[in-house]
Amino acid sequence: MGTGEILWNGLALFLTLSIFSILYKDNPFYKIAEHLVVGVSAGYFAIILYYNSFIPKVWVPVVHESKFLYILPTILGVLMWTRFSRKWSWVSRYPIAAYMGIGMGVAIPVTMQAYILVPLYATMQPIGFTSMALFNNLLVAAGVLCALVYFFFSKEHTGAFGGVAKVGIWTLMVGFGAGFGLTVMGRVSLLIERFTFMRDYLQKLFGF
Amino acid sequence: MAFYEKLMTMDRRVVYITMALAVAIPLFVPFQVPIHTTSEVKSVYDFIESLKPGDRLLIAIDYDPNAMAELHPMALTICRQCFAKGIKLFFVTLSQNGPGMAEQLVSRLSKEFNKKNGVDYIYLGYKPYPGLVILSMGQNFRISFPMDYYGTPVDSMPIMQGIRNYDDMKAVIAFEAGWVADSWIGDANGRYKLPVALGLTGVMTADYYPYIQSKQIIGLMGGLKGAAEYETLAKAKDRIASRGMKVQTITHIVVILFIIVGNIGFFMSRRKKL
Repeated sequence: MGTGEILWNGLALFLTLSIFSILYKDNPFYKIAEHLVVGVSAGYFAIILYYNSFIPKVWVPVVHESKFLYILPTILGVLMWTRFSRKWSWVSRYPIAAYMGIGMGVAIPVTMQAYILVPLYATMQPIGFTSMALFNNLLVAAGVLCALVYFFFSKEHTGAFGGVAKVGIWTLMVGFGAGFGLTVMGRVSLLIERFTFMRDYLQKLFGF
Repeated sequence: MAFYEKLMTMDRRVVYITMALAVAIPLFVPFQVPIHTTSEVKSVYDFIESLKPGDRLLIAIDYDPNAMAELHPMALTICRQCFAKGIKLFFVTLSQNGPGMAEQLVSRLSKEFNKKNGVDYIYLGYKPYPGLVILSMGQNFRISFPMDYYGTPVDSMPIMQGIRNYDDMKAVIAFEAGWVADSWIGDANGRYKLPVALGLTGVMTADYYPYIQSKQIIGLMGGLKGAAEYETLAKAKDRIASRGMKVQTITHIVVILFIIVGNIGFFMSRRKKL
């Protein structure tokens, strides 16, 4: 391991431990690491945006290719900065309105089709007990209906209706449980990666 | 203080130290756990296996360093499988801190397989506003990416000859650590019918299972487990994720034990109050 690798990986190890130190209690090492992460991320993103957005989408088309139509969205973008002035902040409503309008126009048809109609169709499949697939379809349909009943608050959750709502809450709990389990796995994965990094670094450094 | 009250008021630092030991100790103890593959991961593997040399795949590296532990192993394994089969890869990243991740992946694998930039693969780079970029690529890749990540005009590259939009791609394999996955499903698949396969962080995985039922995605790989399954299917040499699964097993046992202990304390204290 070269000197550069020892120093940089050593710094990474120090910052990792500094972040972990918050688990004991708040301390200056944690604060330094925290501010460093925020600062580096913001700086990195600014540079990435400059080279991947401003240069190819504003500078090159306007200056090198004389595509002056690109100035219009650039002006809209610049107007966003009027938010910093109390007197002129109302101007920023125009680019925000344009942004919202484009966003809604793009999102609404897609949302209806991809996130409502197609999943709805997938819920309404043939059901039965003769095969596992048909039984799974029955489970899905019953689970969805029961979960919807749980969120129907215009009628008191008593009797048969209450029973169905209870099945609904159990269905939701199964979903939350799966989500929780996968979240634990995700967080532990991050911990494993950091511990593996620390082990490998120390093994290389001390040769054990 | 009664035993159950001690359970309920356990110092959180005890939990942290126990978890740290549960992660650290298995890293030094050599043992393996069996990895069973699931249909949602196998369908992604089978899809890639069904492709022929020269077929084109879009690879979306939409994750930041904080999701690297989960998504990098699966991205490495899939790209290796593709390069080994002679599939041409079109890399793109729509996550703000993704360019570095993608660059690392591309440079490492191109050296490993001796693949040429602009011939066997192209790294288109990053553009902000994922939804709009995904829609624009459905019309023409050149709208958002007139140049590749390194500043070379894409039209000067052999790999881009005859390539216009998603019609020229077999699918997108999207490695996702955020809501960009929704755009791939809604915009790329919903509007342009581009087949989508997802590699997801563990936290996101449960939310995307319904899209398998609705056939909006080919399949998905969830977190480290999904990556380990894929490594098993692809018989990967560098089994980064699979090595992590032994630690996952131990830590999950510890978490389950803590849940049981916490519940014992809760129910005993409730019974005492009654």
